[in-house]
Amino acid sequence: MAEGKKKLTRRKFLLGTGAVVGGGLVLGYAALPNQMKDIAAKHKGEGQILSGWIKITPDNKITVIVPHAEMGQGTHTALPMMAAEELDADWDLVSMEEAPGLPEFANQPLGEGFIVGDSMPDILAPLINKAFYSIAQAMDLQITGGSTSVRFTGQYGMRIAGAAAREMLVRAAAKEWGVARSDLTTGKSFVHHKASGRSASYGSLAEAASAFDPNPTPTLKPKAAHTIVGTRTIKRFDIPGKVNGTAKYGIDAEVDGMLYASIARVPVHGGAITSLDDAAALAMPGVKKVCNLGYAYAVVADKYWRAKKALEAVDIKFEAGGNELIDSDAIFARFNKDLGELELEYDIDEGDVEAAEGKLIEADYSVPYLAHACMEPMNATAWMRDGKLDVWTGTQAPLMARAAAAKAAGLEPENVTIHNHMLGGGFGRRIHAENDYVAPAVEIAKMVGEPVKTIWTREEDMRFDEYRPAVVSRFAAKLGDDGKPTAWKNRFSDKREPVEAPLIPYGVENQSIGFVRSQSHIKLGPWRSVDHSQHAFFTESFVDELAHEAGADPLAYRLSMLADKPRHANVLKTAAEKGGWYAGVKDGRAMGVAVHESFGSIVAHAAEVSIGSDGMPKVHKVTCAVDCGEAINPDNIESQIESAIIYGMTGAFFGEITVDGGQVVEGNFPEYEMVRLADVPEIEVFIIESGEKMGGIGEPGLPPTAPAITNAVFALTGQRVRQLPLKNYDFTASA
Amino acid sequence: MPYTLKVNGETRTVDVEPDTPLLWVLRDELGFKGVKFGCGVAACGACTVHMDGAATRTCVYPVEAAEDIEITTIEGLSDEGMFTDVQQAWIDEQVPQCGYCQSGMVMAVSALLDENPAPTDEDINDAISNVCRCGSYPRIKKAIKKVISERGAA
Repeated sequence: MAEGKKKLTRRKFLLGTGAVVGGGLVLGYAALPNQMKDIAAKHKGEGQILSGWIKITPDNKITVIVPHAEMGQGTHTALPMMAAEELDADWDLVSMEEAPGLPEFANQPLGEGFIVGDSMPDILAPLINKAFYSIAQAMDLQITGGSTSVRFTGQYGMRIAGAAAREMLVRAAAKEWGVARSDLTTGKSFVHHKASGRSASYGSLAEAASAFDPNPTPTLKPKAAHTIVGTRTIKRFDIPGKVNGTAKYGIDAEVDGMLYASIARVPVHGGAITSLDDAAALAMPGVKKVCNLGYAYAVVADKYWRAKKALEAVDIKFEAGGNELIDSDAIFARFNKDLGELELEYDIDEGDVEAAEGKLIEADYSVPYLAHACMEPMNATAWMRDGKLDVWTGTQAPLMARAAAAKAAGLEPENVTIHNHMLGGGFGRRIHAENDYVAPAVEIAKMVGEPVKTIWTREEDMRFDEYRPAVVSRFAAKLGDDGKPTAWKNRFSDKREPVEAPLIPYGVENQSIGFVRSQSHIKLGPWRSVDHSQHAFFTESFVDELAHEAGADPLAYRLSMLADKPRHANVLKTAAEKGGWYAGVKDGRAMGVAVHESFGSIVAHAAEVSIGSDGMPKVHKVTCAVDCGEAINPDNIESQIESAIIYGMTGAFFGEITVDGGQVVEGNFPEYEMVRLADVPEIEVFIIESGEKMGGIGEPGLPPTAPAITNAVFALTGQRVRQLPLKNYDFTASA
Repeated sequence: MPYTLKVNGETRTVDVEPDTPLLWVLRDELGFKGVKFGCGVAACGACTVHMDGAATRTCVYPVEAAEDIEITTIEGLSDEGMFTDVQQAWIDEQVPQCGYCQSGMVMAVSALLDENPAPTDEDINDAISNVCRCGSYPRIKKAIKKVISERGAA
């Protein structure tokens, strides 16, 4: 298909557009040399900052500053690995620090303010690459999301920073010893001159090295020379603290004299409080204040449990503008109605799907809203005093949190400090485009005038999430005489990010993929893999239907349409073959496959499934092949794929947020069930290093999970699963 | 109301309402932040501690019923800077991701293996119903097997 004919719509910069961050880093870096020299001159003796993200101290220790949050995806280790590799560092002497939520880290590898304990001096401002600085400021980037950390910050920032720093250290040694740079080698944080037997540690050379301009286009190591990247010997920095209880999450923040708040939103989404009776609550022990936020109310007390109990004694009346009449059936009815009536926008519209000839196959799919259900319920601690605001929380986007906190407090962002913590789960929930936890916590703290930690109950967290959208997706395809589709028509009820999520890799001549924008009063947000999570289920199920209609083997059918997509074909073949597609599975079991590209990586799963005596599918094994271009931390890639499969399984089996009376029904784990240890299949991951551009890894394992399972269910039972979750089905007849 | 608790080998007195869940007493009154709040209804296990050696979910356990019981939190499982074999297996197998559930996981698994040194897969599945939203379960299984095998060899 001609690229020029694609009508991809770009509506919002949010997830999946991390290239802007990447672009900013590259150019920001290119603009750096003068600044760095200036900064280095100003801060002699405090440990030298070489090329922005790397700090080398005289004791030969190296600290890598990571401008991303750790939420279990391993970025706090993978990025230092990339810098240390190019730097030829001794890994045992490398540590990391998370960059603070400052604009300097939004687009520039420029951490001087953080490292020397001061904000960026005004005098340096004109030196900044203005264009990208402005973009980053305006967009409040510094996001951890879109599976971007390694492939953008790492690839375009850390690697270059590491290599440039190594060059500067070599130059310093060459100058000091009066020898040619080409006669010097590096290894394990030392520069060596073989001919004279001289060696010097990076730490001893750092100050002299900082006098040189970093080379914005240093030579990177060939893959064969890697000793850190791509190995399985590196252990994640954050793990020891997570096995002995010392890791600090937002909910663990402690501020002297801190009070606690328990918060409840108006139960009907979009509702507003019309009256509030706090008399009973105020009479309860320890209660300091009852806050009316309009859209929510909170009780502040000296102890959390007192606040929570008193919250139950607050009586509110509210008005919800008719939202109280909306339920799940009405929402889906509206999606279907709008799909037939609203004006279509197109992701792709080429050829003529209506005129194409062939046997017409139609199917309608849908998925429900899904909650993120991070293990750590939303929380934030805020303290506003003397025109300044401090916020302690866990966020995927410190600058967005800062902007939201500033707005809620009525302060300028520079008067707000975000103290970011480990995230007890992110998955897109803590990007908070609408900022629904930092802002309320700030409003409460502002009303109280003392430090207040606001903790959401699990029920509040689940009932007022920013959900994975519920979507209806309709397909019509036409099959030619050879059984292959001559036309692929897809219409769906709403679109967010990334734009390419509904596109198929298969060569189909006539394609029309269009959508309307139908939403309800339920708030939406990015959920692990964002739109890919629903579209991979839709498209990889429907192509499976076409294979069945064509009487073809589902794997061979897909492969026959992937002539122009060798990477897709390769992962699909690998997953299927390694999973036993050709060898065959045990009696009573069947295998389903699915392949999907997202965030620059291509992932295929082969799921081996049976039907249990309870009538529910049982997944025995998922075999995965992932082509992410290059593997930085292979063990962590496997870990992320395992994670994405299990996250995807929870969605496929149990995930369903329903609405009744305008309220979200499910509030806690018994109702919104999770995959647990007993449900977990054997998972085998095959990493394919195609050498193509590096892809993300935190999300791409998720999208093909549901369709691989439901395609296996079809193979077993003859029942096509067109609506998730599986818990609503009964396959007892096939058990 | 004052209550006297035995936590990690020390006797501590707290003054809270009798129905206060032990979770909040351990976290906010006594500072054991490794004990995590996850669901508040004993459905996820993030708040698991040992009470007289048994894995117990503290988010629904009233403090008034916790006196005269030896309570061990994740902080009391090993000496500072040291790791138990279970914790070490968690590091070796690189189990945690976000890590929020892992205090509870480590406590639940430690109690299981102390009680049953050679649990079957079924025993493990039945005993470990804690939720890990990151899906670290495959590695949890591997780490448990590692401890079982090492203890068996010792």
